[in-house]
Amino acid sequence: MALNCTGMIFVSNTYDNLGDNHADDDVEAGPAAPLTLPLDQWHRTRGGRMVDFAGYWMPVQFEGIIAEHLWSRENAGFFDVSHMGQLYVSGEGVEAALEAALPIDLSTLPLGGARYSLLLNDEGGILDDLMVTRWGTGFYLVVNGATKWDDIATLRERLPDEITLNHLEDSALFALQGPKAFEALEPLVTGEYPLSALTFMRGGQFKLGGVDAWISRSGYTGEDGFEISVPAENAAELADLICAEPQVKPIALGARDSLRLEAGLPLYGHDMTETVDPVSADLLFGINKRRRSEGGFPGADVILPLIASGAQTRRVGLAIEGRMAAREGAKVLSGDTEVGTVTSGGFSPSLERPIAMAYVATDFTAPGTSLSIDVRGRKLAASVVPMPFVPHRYHRKGAA
Amino acid sequence: MTRYFTKDHEWIAVEGSEATVGISDYAQSQLGDITFVEVPGAGSEVSMGDSASVVDSVKAASDVYAPASGKVTVANAALEDQPELVNTDPEGEGWLWKMTLSDPAELDGLMDEASYQAFIAEL
Repeated sequence: MALNCTGMIFVSNTYDNLGDNHADDDVEAGPAAPLTLPLDQWHRTRGGRMVDFAGYWMPVQFEGIIAEHLWSRENAGFFDVSHMGQLYVSGEGVEAALEAALPIDLSTLPLGGARYSLLLNDEGGILDDLMVTRWGTGFYLVVNGATKWDDIATLRERLPDEITLNHLEDSALFALQGPKAFEALEPLVTGEYPLSALTFMRGGQFKLGGVDAWISRSGYTGEDGFEISVPAENAAELADLICAEPQVKPIALGARDSLRLEAGLPLYGHDMTETVDPVSADLLFGINKRRRSEGGFPGADVILPLIASGAQTRRVGLAIEGRMAAREGAKVLSGDTEVGTVTSGGFSPSLERPIAMAYVATDFTAPGTSLSIDVRGRKLAASVVPMPFVPHRYHRKGAA
Repeated sequence: MTRYFTKDHEWIAVEGSEATVGISDYAQSQLGDITFVEVPGAGSEVSMGDSASVVDSVKAASDVYAPASGKVTVANAALEDQPELVNTDPEGEGWLWKMTLSDPAELDGLMDEASYQAFIAEL
């Protein structure tokens, strides 16, 4: 059998090369040996199966994807996401400069507040999705690992010379996700205010095990949880500290992918690319309201008319009959007519059935629409369903 | 009964001209959680080296190649409801199909258990 499977995002990621935009050295375009991250040995010691992902050695699974997935939905999963790019943008006029580079409204973003945004090209395509957080004197950005070198180049080009862009390469990034994430983390943290002061998409400076940590109540699983930026030199000891809590187990990339798929969260390079616009991608919340009326961001000339006219295709969720999964690239049919393409798909451990995200012609995007998916010549029955597939359980402000 | 292995990690257990086919313990451990198995229908002809079955794991779909040529006599119906049998007992209850061999000489090119263990130790 073919063990070097195609369709597996962890080995066939087209975005996993460093490319020729490496900011610091002369890595040539083309495949490069994977780099190691601060927890490399930590993962190997715990039996993580390591793969090349986004140019780094990363664990794809520990005890098994389904067990890790369900643990994260019921307890708390510890994820190392240190491959992601952590950037800090500061300087005189940084707010206006960042608004010229991104379709974000920073005037409504409070201190410690985090907001989802999109890095767009002039044609309205998505170069990356990212999180922007207001720190005291500047903005903290978290971008995708596979795109970070290109993002840095794009941002440097767009930001004026007096704006400083720092790549926080000496920081590791963790996520702790699940309904027991709070009770696991709370005893390990001290700060000016309690961890409970954080609600969804709010962050603050804390001490974690006595070490400086920026902690934000956010994540990529649909669960309550936290993202935690710590000094790389303390990464292993802090990972040990968190994973010593009985609610916590380390979780790898495989479950991270199935969790985010259930949560309806798109994955860059798969569910959105530089040839896909945010209207089709159903990511208009990444273009803030004031910016939609005022424009003045890269791609606005294409996107604003598209918002008014509507897109030809849209990203939707599909629930699939039976147990056979449909994966990226599978064609979506209405009768015998091709109406779309699957961009992410797999077996949902929580729902115990296959689910998928697909771009489908807008005439066929109403919930309940019956479609089929061609998987290796077999037509799987599918229907359009609202996303998320599994309800989000964020700890929102004002909620009990 | 003699059990042979392929370089593609299928096994075939042979008794006379009747054989049972599955994937190795090494293969299932590499694939991870198996969620669906598509097996060939009884009566279908399979040719050595051709894709005869698909094993779907949480990570990916993988082809299973026929380790020998012949006619499928029965598929493992238990896998319909319990595909995880391929994880828990890959070389027993997790078998995929049984077949009648059309050319038992094809087996000469396969590995025995000891050779296969040596082969995967090098991977």
